[in-house]
Amino acid sequence: MNLKAVRTLYLAELARTKRTMLQSIVSPVISTSLYFVVFGAAIGTRISEVAGVSYGAFIVPGLIMLMLLTQSVATASFGIFFPRFSGAIYELLSAPVSYAEIVIGYVGAAATKAVALGLIALATASLFVPLEIAHPLWMLFFLVLTAVTFSLLGFIIGIWADGFEQLQLVPLLIITPLTFLGGTFYALEMLPPFWQAVTLFNPVVYLVSGFRWSFYGIGDVSLAASLGMIGVFLVIGIGLVGWIFKSGYRLKP
Amino acid sequence: MTTAFAPSPIQAALGTPMIRIDGVSKTYRGGFQALKEVSLTINRGEIFALLGPNGAGKTTLISIICGLVNASGGTVTVDGHDNVGDYRAARELIGLVPQELTGEAFSTVWDTVRFSRGLFGKPRDDAYLERILRALTLWDKRNNRLMALSGGMKRRVLIAKALSHQPQVLFLDEPTAGVDVELRREMWQIVRDLRDEGVTIILTTHYIEEAEEMADRIGVIRRGELVLVKEKQALMRQLGRKELTLQLKAPLASVPEALAPYHLTLSEDGQALIYRYDSSAGNGEGSGIAELLGALREAGVRYSDLHTRQSSLEEIFVSLVKEP
Repeated sequence: MNLKAVRTLYLAELARTKRTMLQSIVSPVISTSLYFVVFGAAIGTRISEVAGVSYGAFIVPGLIMLMLLTQSVATASFGIFFPRFSGAIYELLSAPVSYAEIVIGYVGAAATKAVALGLIALATASLFVPLEIAHPLWMLFFLVLTAVTFSLLGFIIGIWADGFEQLQLVPLLIITPLTFLGGTFYALEMLPPFWQAVTLFNPVVYLVSGFRWSFYGIGDVSLAASLGMIGVFLVIGIGLVGWIFKSGYRLKP
Repeated sequence: MTTAFAPSPIQAALGTPMIRIDGVSKTYRGGFQALKEVSLTINRGEIFALLGPNGAGKTTLISIICGLVNASGGTVTVDGHDNVGDYRAARELIGLVPQELTGEAFSTVWDTVRFSRGLFGKPRDDAYLERILRALTLWDKRNNRLMALSGGMKRRVLIAKALSHQPQVLFLDEPTAGVDVELRREMWQIVRDLRDEGVTIILTTHYIEEAEEMADRIGVIRRGELVLVKEKQALMRQLGRKELTLQLKAPLASVPEALAPYHLTLSEDGQALIYRYDSSAGNGEGSGIAELLGALREAGVRYSDLHTRQSSLEEIFVSLVKEP
């Protein structure tokens, strides 16, 4: 394995985060804080506890997951799209690096940034609400695995996209709505039975539920179902990336 | 220029095959056949110029060798390494300077060159990178972002990136496109320096002057087919035409009958006679010049001056790629 190349790609992508520090780190922290002000302090005070947890604390895992998903997808998609857009992709494709090494470099950097932002959001949340993490290792496990999985999805979007509009399309029209409707701000039991059944088709429900379980030991679905869904996502992501490189889709004519 | 670009130690002697292209073809989705079973051997340490009109297949061929485009058929080896089956070993030997001025606009010159070296798996060597940047007069710009550089400077950065991992083969795809005359000549010198240090250079160009100035061998590609590969000097000798122009002391109304066997052309003002002959015949016997001059004397045609001119590579190129 060309570890130097992996390291180079990984560090170059992280350097982009450093160059764009303001939008990379500060703005997600501000937006998370705003969520807490609006949903935690303003509205949350009028909502009683959910499953024995204060509403402010209840939404923390969902908000972190919201940030994790959007940042993973955005960072990884932009990371591979930009060299395609600028033409600099020639260097990557003509270098002695394998497809797996390229993916590890880009997805690894995007996942690292997403996890870091998730932890910053967690620290920010602790300023607003008292937090407890029942299963910290599981929490980290969910954090990392979800970040990797959705960074893979972002990587696929970055290769698929033909322009900046398409790059924004999936995060705006699919990821964000699914996350909002995936139990970020409510428990499924708060929905009417019909919508509870419909919501179970939303894969993000399983991610938020598993992540919330690692905090409070409660979830809308079982831990096994959450782990299974992440596993399915991961396998689909790896399969798609493998197909992209094998076929040269949008990379090699 | 100093020996800034020294590639990794070259094992074999200069002149031995470095790149073998065997029956490479490419048909794009949609059916356009860009290359038709192209076979070519490029020798170590030579400057090979690939000429051809737009859309002839030059960039496709380079892209296949470098791994940017999948070939539909055929094989490519670089120093004996198959560029698909043994792609790591093959690509390690290659540096590519693309036609388009691409790059991470927000990166600095230094960062982008270091990135390229790392991508090729080479250990950090700031001293070597500094030598490259100094040789390409980029050292003072090392902390500048690419977006702040002129087109010529960006072109140099691309060369620096391609050289950062000490390649043994350098592909230059239209290296001086959009570059001013002075910079173009500087780049030619850079290419010659690289060749002197054992780097094999393959360049595509629209500037025939560039190939004429630098190439050891020339390949002409037309509609995806390699129609000719020859040493430049041999090509110019073989296909080049020569002209002998005689400035007459007194104008003629027509070419005298006695000179008909020489197929002379009379200039419009009647002041000059033009004689065309094969350059391969040289200037001595076989060119017919001595006989012509004797015939002129006998016909009473007096001349005050004469000069010869050989057709340029450009004229040869145009005749080769001219559609039948």
